[in-house]
Amino acid sequence: MSASTVTAPSKRRAPIRPARVLLHVFLAGAALAWLAPLLWAVFSALRPYSETSAKGYVSWPDTLNLDNFKNAFQQSDMLHYFGNTLVIAVPAVLLTLFLSSMVAFYVSRFDFRLNLALLLVFTAGNLLPQQVIITPLYRLYLLTDLPGITASGKLYDSALGLVLIHVAFQSGFCAFVLSNYMRSLPHELTEAALVDGASVWRLYWQITLPLCKPAMAALATLLSIWIYNDFFWALVLISTGENMPITSALNNLSGQYFTDPNLVAAGALLTAVPTLIVYFALQRQFVSGLTLGSNKG
Amino acid sequence: MTTDTTTKSPETAAAPPPGTALEKKRAARGHRRLLTRRDRITLALMAGVPTVLHVALVWVTALASIALAFTTWDGIGFDSIKWVGLDNFKQLFDDNPQFWPAVQHNVIWFVVLILIPTPLGLFLAVQLDKKIRFSRVYQTAFFLPVVISMACIGFVWQLVYNPDTGLINSIIGANKPGHYIDWIGDPKLNLWAVLIAASWRHAGYMMILYLAGLKSVDPSLREASALDGANEWQTFKNVIFPTLRPTNTVVLVVTIIEALRAFDLVFVFNKGAQGTELLSILVTNNIIGESSRIGYGSAIAVVLLVISLAVIIPYLVATFRKERRS
Repeated sequence: MSASTVTAPSKRRAPIRPARVLLHVFLAGAALAWLAPLLWAVFSALRPYSETSAKGYVSWPDTLNLDNFKNAFQQSDMLHYFGNTLVIAVPAVLLTLFLSSMVAFYVSRFDFRLNLALLLVFTAGNLLPQQVIITPLYRLYLLTDLPGITASGKLYDSALGLVLIHVAFQSGFCAFVLSNYMRSLPHELTEAALVDGASVWRLYWQITLPLCKPAMAALATLLSIWIYNDFFWALVLISTGENMPITSALNNLSGQYFTDPNLVAAGALLTAVPTLIVYFALQRQFVSGLTLGSNKG
Repeated sequence: MTTDTTTKSPETAAAPPPGTALEKKRAARGHRRLLTRRDRITLALMAGVPTVLHVALVWVTALASIALAFTTWDGIGFDSIKWVGLDNFKQLFDDNPQFWPAVQHNVIWFVVLILIPTPLGLFLAVQLDKKIRFSRVYQTAFFLPVVISMACIGFVWQLVYNPDTGLINSIIGANKPGHYIDWIGDPKLNLWAVLIAASWRHAGYMMILYLAGLKSVDPSLREASALDGANEWQTFKNVIFPTLRPTNTVVLVVTIIEALRAFDLVFVFNKGAQGTELLSILVTNNIIGESSRIGYGSAIAVVLLVISLAVIIPYLVATFRKERRS
């Protein structure tokens, strides 16, 4: 359009303002400082132990290779522990979403008298520090006999036990977030279906749940990362090293290989890889999940 | 959360869709009339099964903690539970050399988190909210520590603090006898060392919460403020910050709970040995340590529970009240 050439000057790049430059310098410096500990760990893990013990850790590297990562992965049988985590995390995430969405549906769609109290119980439960309940929980797990159901014959030291506590603990947060989300859906949707004689289950399963996909995706991302990162429950409720999920197994492994910090660094970084993959693939979901609970979602 | 070690915080949801409370009530009552018997049973199960699981594993155990705190028990048979009144608490307050330091460290933990990384997170959020280039890159860098597990962070920082081979001592030459600094073992230093790692993580978390809060600030407020000739700092102080009140509440609650929950990082760092005791560590050591005293461990947990509920209940009541009104 010729008119635009007469009026406002075409959108050329804004003049470089010193304040902006300064801001970028500051942010870039701060970001680098923030990454420094992680980069240091990567740097240490890439160097052979023999070299760092001879030259010191702050020195110019002669060799950089992935040997430590290979050795950490093979020697510690890491694949086995990743498998353990998978067996715990996948059912725990699915079950948490399933149960908490049912509670959220009940609380948000039906104005029963208990709703507020119910939501309060769930939300408060999720905010408790885990150590408040661990002593009786540990005893409960030891006293619950499940012959033939779990390898240990008890809830203690079993994947099932970890799945249950994850689901119980996390469903508080998810029920809260999902009920807020469901409340913002238009009521007419379910009303029309109810009048047409649809069952409650259909309202939940075929009408409400599909509309909650964005919130469910965000929560699934968040839960996967949290449950994967869990350290405490597994530390106390699993006794056999073989049954440990990866994060707590790392603690045992570091005890075995503590003489070689470079190997331990490689092992620790390897455990973070799946988390980072999930995070980078689903960054938006993760962040929106985190802020769903604190904002308008 | 869990384990999450990440604390989460609910806040009021968006104002509900148009439709007054009265209308809603009527609609709900209408709903109720349309429900068949089978629907009612379905609903009861839908709410009942998750509630039973949650209450049994979280609330019943929390109450059991309170009950067991007044007893001694060997954990074998229920008939060996003995009522001892306040003995566990007396021992805890008077004879346990680790208890008061742990309480103190939990308080320090909170004070440090709220004074240093929280304002830093707010500052970063305000800067990154200016629609500058590479904003995503910067955000990712600050947020990375929140995504990685606390256990992994503990190992990473051990590499930084290790007195013989660590980054700091290698650079400043404090790994030689004579002027040796033991960041992990020295009880005067190790709490601060681990707090730096905790703050490093917390800042990114706060940044994300504040960024979300800033996104919901009405842009016309900024425009009006600019038109009135306010400079950046004045705009922030008088216009933006007051509108962040709900976010500040969440941040405060999250930070308190993070301080009460702190565990993984310290455990990996130095097992919560001298200088870094925390209430959560004392409870856990009592289980996985040599002598597992159930009543005594529960007494420590009760202290933790009382402090937590003193924060959680007022917060939730206020949140839900606001929701009811809307």
